[in-house]
Amino acid sequence: MKPKAEVQQGTLALMVLKTLDVLGPVHGYGIARRIEQISGDLLAVNQGTLYPVLLKLEQEGAIASEWGTSENNRRARFYRLTRAGRKQLRTETQDWEQTSAIVARFFAVKAEELL
Amino acid sequence: MRPLRRFFARLLNTAARQTDEERMRDEIEEHLALQTAENIRLGMSPTEARRQAVLKFGAVEAIKEEYRSERRMLFIENLVQDVRYGLRTLRKSPGFTLIAILTIALGIGATTAIFSVVDATLLHPLPFPEPEQLVRIQDDLAGLDARDVGMSEPEWQDFQHSGIFDYVSPAWYDDNNLTGSSLPVRVSLVSVAPNYFTLLGVKPELGRTFPPSDHSPGFTEEAVISDGLWKRIFGADPNILGKRFRLDTDLYQIVGVMPAGFHDPGPTSRERNIEVWAATSFYGAPLVDHPPRSGRNLPTALARIKSGLTIGAAQNRVDALVASLQKQFPGDYPTEAGWRIRLVPLKESVVGNVRQSLILLLAAVGLVLLIGCVNIANLLLARASARGREMAIRQSLGAGQARLTQQLLTESLLLSLLGGAAGLAALFAMKDFLLRLVPENLPRLNEISISWGLLGFALGASLLAGTIFGLAPVLHARRLDLVHMLKQETRGSTSSRQQARTRRVLVITEFALSLVLMIAACLLLRSFWDLLNVRLGFKPESVMTIKTRMPYPNDPKVDTYPTASQQSPFFREVLHRCKALRGVEETAFGDLGALPLGHDRNNQTPPVPMVLEGRPSNEAPLVDESIVSPGYFHLMGMTLLRGRLFNDSDTDKTDLVAVINEAMAQTYWPNQNALGKQVKLSRRATAWTTIVGIVANARTESLENARVPQIYSSLYQRGAKHLAIFLRGHVDTATIPEEVRAVVQSIDPTLPVFGAQTLTETVSASLAQRRFSMQIVALFALTALLLAALGIYGVISYIVSERTHEIGIRLALGAQNTNIMQLVLRQGLGLAIAGAGVGLIGALIVSHLMTGLLYGVAPTDPVTFAGVAVLLLGVAMLACYIPARRAMRIDPLLALRYE
Repeated sequence: MKPKAEVQQGTLALMVLKTLDVLGPVHGYGIARRIEQISGDLLAVNQGTLYPVLLKLEQEGAIASEWGTSENNRRARFYRLTRAGRKQLRTETQDWEQTSAIVARFFAVKAEELL
Repeated sequence: MRPLRRFFARLLNTAARQTDEERMRDEIEEHLALQTAENIRLGMSPTEARRQAVLKFGAVEAIKEEYRSERRMLFIENLVQDVRYGLRTLRKSPGFTLIAILTIALGIGATTAIFSVVDATLLHPLPFPEPEQLVRIQDDLAGLDARDVGMSEPEWQDFQHSGIFDYVSPAWYDDNNLTGSSLPVRVSLVSVAPNYFTLLGVKPELGRTFPPSDHSPGFTEEAVISDGLWKRIFGADPNILGKRFRLDTDLYQIVGVMPAGFHDPGPTSRERNIEVWAATSFYGAPLVDHPPRSGRNLPTALARIKSGLTIGAAQNRVDALVASLQKQFPGDYPTEAGWRIRLVPLKESVVGNVRQSLILLLAAVGLVLLIGCVNIANLLLARASARGREMAIRQSLGAGQARLTQQLLTESLLLSLLGGAAGLAALFAMKDFLLRLVPENLPRLNEISISWGLLGFALGASLLAGTIFGLAPVLHARRLDLVHMLKQETRGSTSSRQQARTRRVLVITEFALSLVLMIAACLLLRSFWDLLNVRLGFKPESVMTIKTRMPYPNDPKVDTYPTASQQSPFFREVLHRCKALRGVEETAFGDLGALPLGHDRNNQTPPVPMVLEGRPSNEAPLVDESIVSPGYFHLMGMTLLRGRLFNDSDTDKTDLVAVINEAMAQTYWPNQNALGKQVKLSRRATAWTTIVGIVANARTESLENARVPQIYSSLYQRGAKHLAIFLRGHVDTATIPEEVRAVVQSIDPTLPVFGAQTLTETVSASLAQRRFSMQIVALFALTALLLAALGIYGVISYIVSERTHEIGIRLALGAQNTNIMQLVLRQGLGLAIAGAGVGLIGALIVSHLMTGLLYGVAPTDPVTFAGVAVLLLGVAMLACYIPARRAMRIDPLLALRYE
């Protein structure tokens, strides 16, 4: 009975960075939608948890934000990747790929192959 | 990098009180609006669309909270809030706050003061490079029960070449007469090997030290002087290097000045105040060329163990070396003598003899601090019960346990930090006054300083104390029964049974701790008292002693006082002229050995083994020899038991005679008549000395021990150069030193006159360290007693006020005043007895640990134990009497209406 929305902060942060990398400057709701579209209903119930993560990334200097106007002409906060954030995304992507490759290989090994 | 950046961003926001609540609200609102619009597009009704959007967003308040705690450091904010609130609470009850802060200030101030001494003496390494490699080499003759007897020059050479040490240097502490300045002065000098400063690893402030590999015979005729002497005699002359001065009529050239902070690591205070260092190879004129191994003429030696070798490993190799030397030279090292070499860490040899006293003081002051903490815990508990409702309301409004604990601990830490700061401030203010209380002969006294480490210690002690006494209200708050508490209408006391028990336990603890301290103090006091009142065997009253010294020139040909026959005219003339001084009734001369108490044994060559008639020849008794003029015994008030004393006709032309004390007679010739027995005063002596008299034992060697064997020889036969002039009579102690100086220098203007002291002062000074620790421990014990009395008073008063209603009923039902009195006193007495019981066990343990500091009183002395226990119970009764009287006077009518 593990709640699906219990996304690890680190994973969520990586998704945020990647989203900003692909979409360019976008507001919080846009990021949430994008993550939802790609990951299915990962953020279905707890979209709000995104905001503390955004703040954390901003305080770490990976992203920056400023006020802008949204599609429906309202004031919205737009986030964009900084240079540091781009660097961080690169290294974390590499790390992630390495880890997942190892895990994937691990799962691929059949019992008889170990004999 | 990133976490650091985040940390600073948060810190900055915290400091700037940057909240950005508006931004958060706007963002959330925008998010919800967009989601709602999307939902409407999907076909929901506007209300439903909004509802679904909110649901999807999650718990808004929780997310806001998370957002805020990401933005700023809540912990710091809470702390600031708590500190502010705490200060306000403390201000509201100034009486309590003042008492608590004063208690902590006293505890922390005293603990820090004692710790500063412990830190400087025991904890800090000696100020030399790789200090752990430095040792003092001590020769023991275990078979003769003689310790630290000194080494001989061949042994030194053996150690030098043993491969165990980098450097070995003998150290020969001595006085010297410095002439050439306006008045001849006495300076403390140590003769060392040229490698001495290289061994220690210290550099001079000016000039150079000795070339370490110089092995030319005799003295190098070069001297290194201390910063103190440089300023005292030479007026800090910057062109001092190369200047010449005379020490004991020999000409020396000053080659270096040591820095002001450098103190020789000698074992006694005199030896730490060396002013001149002279180098010698310890052979060649004026020293004996390669003396026999048993001629232990080098009092002590320092060494630096090769790096990489521990003291333990070095000791093992030294033991092996000793064993092989004993085999090689059986004649010099008879097995009965049990020659052993001990490597004592240099620091240990400097501070070893004060370690026990200092640890006792630290423990005592720690106990006082602990008792203070217990007292404050007690007060805080009383307050906690009054603040029960406040706590209950906070908890029911949603304050978590952790949050509440943080607040309560903040309050107590605030108290302890304020107290600690006050204590430190008082310490700073009284620093000079306190330092004057410390006995001057405390090693490394000059290294005591207020350092960062000390401030850290004070801070740590304050925090620890605050935590200790802060735990009581915290634990109390955890056990609050909210429903019960809130239902209570009145603001009155809400103490639980549990809490009352805690407070009793605290009072019992206080009493137990105070009893331990009191007993320790009383045992020290009794030791001190016994020492003050021992039968000295001599009369120190109205005796003045003044020292002078004849030179030992390196060239014996220029020595104007080589033997007794050249010295005697000087002695007789000084005695004759001093007798004419106003108030002087009796005069005598003695060497420094004849000066009672407080003379250092290393002052001269250590006692040499003697040969005694009728004793086995392999026995080499070491007996302290004093050389005295005939008038000495009468002047000192020492009693002749048998035979005769010296007279003026015992000179170097007549047969050698000696007087011994009873202890020596009984030790070496038990059940025989020692009169007429013959001794050789050293193994090398050719002439026999005849014992002509026996005097009663006197505690001239140590106050503790009445039975130290002593042998006295006649000054006119043996001669002596380290001299003390003894004057008995009603003299003016202020002017007599100058009068004696005039007398001595009118006979020989090159001799220094110094060290005037009355014998009463000498006796008193020999007790200085004991007096110091006794006074401090007694002071602490009194403080502890006062705190314990306050503690029991508080608890009993509290109990009485709690039971006012009950007491009222009892009185209404016809109880007598005395019944009520008994009721209250019994309760107080119960606590005190329980505390005393626990304390007695603790005191037994402590008193056994301090056996080494006691004299004349057993560590389990029943009189002390019983007396202190009774005193403590008496104080407890007195403290309970006040609330008991209050209970007695309760008006039943008022009491029944109470609450």
